[in-house]
Amino acid sequence: MNSIKIKDLAFSYNEGRPVIQDINLMIDRPGLYCILGPNGVGKSTLIKCINKINRPTKGSVILNGTDIEKMTNKEISKLIGYVPVSGNDMFSMPVIDAILIGRYTQQKWKTTPEDLAIVMRTMKLLGISSLALHGYNELSAGQHQKVAIARGIVQETPILLLDEPTANLDVRYQVYIAELLKGLTEKTGMTVIMISHDLNITAKYADQIIMMTSPGTIYQVGTPEEVITKETIQKVYGVDCELVKDSSGKPHVILDSALWIDE
Amino acid sequence: MSQTSNLVEQYLTEWMRKEDPVEATEIETSYHHYVWRKWAFMIGCIVVAVIVIGLSLTIGTYKIGFLETYEIIWDHITGNIQDAAKDEVIFELRMPRIMAGILAGAGLAVAGACMQSTLKNPLADPFTTGVSSGATLGATIAIILGISIGGAGIVANAFIFALIPTAMMVAISRMKSASPTMMIMAGIAIMYLFGAITTMLKMWSDPDDLKSLYMWEVGSLGLADWDGVLIMLPVVIAGILIIQLLSRQLNVMATGDENAKALGVDASKMRSILLVVVALVAATIVSFTGMIGFVGLVCPHVVRIVIGADNRYLIPASAVFGIALLLAADLVGRTIIAPTIIQVGVITSFLGGPMFLWLLLRNKSKVWG
Repeated sequence: MNSIKIKDLAFSYNEGRPVIQDINLMIDRPGLYCILGPNGVGKSTLIKCINKINRPTKGSVILNGTDIEKMTNKEISKLIGYVPVSGNDMFSMPVIDAILIGRYTQQKWKTTPEDLAIVMRTMKLLGISSLALHGYNELSAGQHQKVAIARGIVQETPILLLDEPTANLDVRYQVYIAELLKGLTEKTGMTVIMISHDLNITAKYADQIIMMTSPGTIYQVGTPEEVITKETIQKVYGVDCELVKDSSGKPHVILDSALWIDE
Repeated sequence: MSQTSNLVEQYLTEWMRKEDPVEATEIETSYHHYVWRKWAFMIGCIVVAVIVIGLSLTIGTYKIGFLETYEIIWDHITGNIQDAAKDEVIFELRMPRIMAGILAGAGLAVAGACMQSTLKNPLADPFTTGVSSGATLGATIAIILGISIGGAGIVANAFIFALIPTAMMVAISRMKSASPTMMIMAGIAIMYLFGAITTMLKMWSDPDDLKSLYMWEVGSLGLADWDGVLIMLPVVIAGILIIQLLSRQLNVMATGDENAKALGVDASKMRSILLVVVALVAATIVSFTGMIGFVGLVCPHVVRIVIGADNRYLIPASAVFGIALLLAADLVGRTIIAPTIIQVGVITSFLGGPMFLWLLLRNKSKVWG
């Protein structure tokens, strides 16, 4: 069983004001964990501390009982996959090669039939088989995002971190990807931690929600029913809203008006 | 359960069954064709290079036949020299030039490919990142002021000064916030600074020195002798091997520094290592051949258009394409208005420029961004 224990975590850039602070979190069961919160509260910073892209200025991240400070990035990469916010700054290479890069930790110099097989199955899973030999730089932002998710999945790690994986996708794929990630946790026992701005998709599919607020702290951790409340959304996001229940009994947010903007 | 949930269930079950999807065979076949195309391109470049080597060794004031050239080489290798005069012409006069072309073509093209991938910038090459300005300043100091490091003349000065901009870029890269863009801008700043010093020195030089400097600046394979070739050989081969060994890491770096780190590749450290390797290779080459531009900048782009940006193939393919292009350019430069020789850098630009433009316009897929 994979576990991530975060103790008194804080991180700041160049010894400035902490971006995140006093973060305590225990994730010790497979499931879909969604990090919510307004812009600039340190959601991306937090997941980058989990896989040691960022080195915490205080506190620790314990991965399967070992402090990640004692682990190399390569060791961590075998346990944690990462899907960054999508970018398109690569020299043009076919989509299949761009996804094969995700096999870096398993792959030797030569691409094996096993590498190709998982890449092709994952392309089919994400509906991008027809793009296999298209140039990466010819794709749309949404297609880049699917490639980035595929690259994360082919890493075959027990834990997967995703930074806003549905941001550029149309509604069909927003729902499909959320369901897919949920399905992966149920069928493979993976732990998936994703950042999202979509309250309703998160409420519908997350097992646990980590709601973050300014100044870079955790406001609440709990089930969608516990976290997605009118009061929390008003306090954390500054938005008035109505809450109803969807067909599965999960909270569904109907947004009304903004209550304030930042100074 | 909604329809979409059934869809996910179906696709996830297929994914977990670990059976190839129906369309996999077609994609796999196309992918293998694509990989084969990369090998075919490399083999084609090697064939062209071998033919050009034969022609280059043949052409000159002392007439030696095309096939005879290969016989002489074989006899020399097996120690069974038939004609000492022809053997000397081939091995003492023409071969150093060819070897310099092979090493400079491969080294500069690989250096360019590596710089572009490392700094994620299509305009990066050993010259735009300051190596040329450093080498030129070093050569200028040796020729105009008569000052050289260790008394070793232009070569030592050009080599040492070519490394200074890279050393500064590596120092900058060790700063926490340094991005590839910042590094290349630092290289350009150093290039202008060194350029200004070189210009000032030229203002106080006499015409003979200026002529010598001009000859060095335009670059020529004819400047290298066996001593030079034997120094270039291990540096260029070791440099290319190191870059080739790190080619998978270069691929990972293309996805961004953070993603690279998440995959276990320290992009910042890797960038420093590769910059030093590239600077050593490029500085060694230009110290002996003078400035041969274009090859490092454009060869990797032409290769990328034909075989893609996978550095595992891009690096060796750039090397063989660089060899073929530079030797072909040198052959054209030596023969087109013989006995006058047009410097190889001029010919590479004349041949390569239009070819690159044609490929850019013909190719539908984007080379960059």
